[in-house]
Amino acid sequence: MSFEPKITLFSCHYASQQSCAEKGKELQQLGFPATITLVRVPCTGKIQVTTLLQAFEDGADGVYVVGCPVDGCHNVKGSVRAAKRVAAVKKALEELDVESGRIEMFHLPRGLHPEFVAAGVAMDKKIRTLGPSPFQS
Amino acid sequence: MIVAERKPMAEIIEMVKDCSRVLVLACRGCVTVCSAGGEREAAALASLIRLGMKKQGKTIQVIEGSLVRQCDKEYIDAIDAWDGQYDAIVSTACGVGVNFIANLRKKTVVYPALNTTFFGGSTEQGIWTEQCAGCGNCVLHLTGGLCPVARCAKSLMNGPCGGSVGGRCEINKNTECIWQSIHDRLGSFGRGSQMEAIAPIRDWSTAGHGGPRKTVRDDLTIS
Repeated sequence: MSFEPKITLFSCHYASQQSCAEKGKELQQLGFPATITLVRVPCTGKIQVTTLLQAFEDGADGVYVVGCPVDGCHNVKGSVRAAKRVAAVKKALEELDVESGRIEMFHLPRGLHPEFVAAGVAMDKKIRTLGPSPFQS
Repeated sequence: MIVAERKPMAEIIEMVKDCSRVLVLACRGCVTVCSAGGEREAAALASLIRLGMKKQGKTIQVIEGSLVRQCDKEYIDAIDAWDGQYDAIVSTACGVGVNFIANLRKKTVVYPALNTTFFGGSTEQGIWTEQCAGCGNCVLHLTGGLCPVARCAKSLMNGPCGGSVGGRCEINKNTECIWQSIHDRLGSFGRGSQMEAIAPIRDWSTAGHGGPRKTVRDDLTIS
């Protein structure tokens, strides 16, 4: 039976502007995977470790965060903080003997750009390879 | 403050593997300040316990709570509020808190979520370093306020040793030679000659080598 992953994306308001284009239809038209649920946040720096873990508890097979470029965050250090929290969750997943690649951080420019879709496609491909979350009993 | 860090998750999961309900109990004292066992870290731990157990095909109910401190009887008594709701407490306090729960609650199973590491301070955000060994016989007035017991790898009383090179310790080049720093600091106050005084052989009985220590203040005791 084919596996359709559940992927949760937390993206900052700036890096995910594309999701609003064409009344939210543009991402679909560009091939953004339907397996991804987008959660927009004002700044990824606000995302706590518990928020990321909760996504796994809620059944996500994979989680990723898209924030501003490291040297160009709208809130100066927000995306750097997010990257550190993603790294903390990666370490915790390893402690639980779970693939750390189930969570990733991407730093992308704001506005309309192909990288946002490409990151989603890459995550979808990776999680399909990893298979269902081991947290689903 | 007392500095601590979370134990590896495998160790914690092993502790709770036979439980169906646990109370993850945060401490709002030192371990909150060093970001090891406050409410935020306890919430993350609760989530990791649920995920870790789920991975093993088990379910566990994890409730979260916190106490102002876990090193005073008055606060430990507040655990009564969760009576009947857990099989074991996973405490994110330092070792003192875990001991206090064990001392005062004869029927409560309590597990430590943290490894208690040292008395220290935050030298920069996210970094803590050991500053005091709690040896019970402070010599800071003789050493310019810098502690050779805690901060010299050999706890020398008459340093520096021959391994001090360029102000760094031979045990670990990333560690400053505290005796070099003591020398420099005393010199800056015009008190460099203090370095020539030979410290006598130290009595370590105050440092716990004479057994568990106790402080009694007759002016504060009630009975």
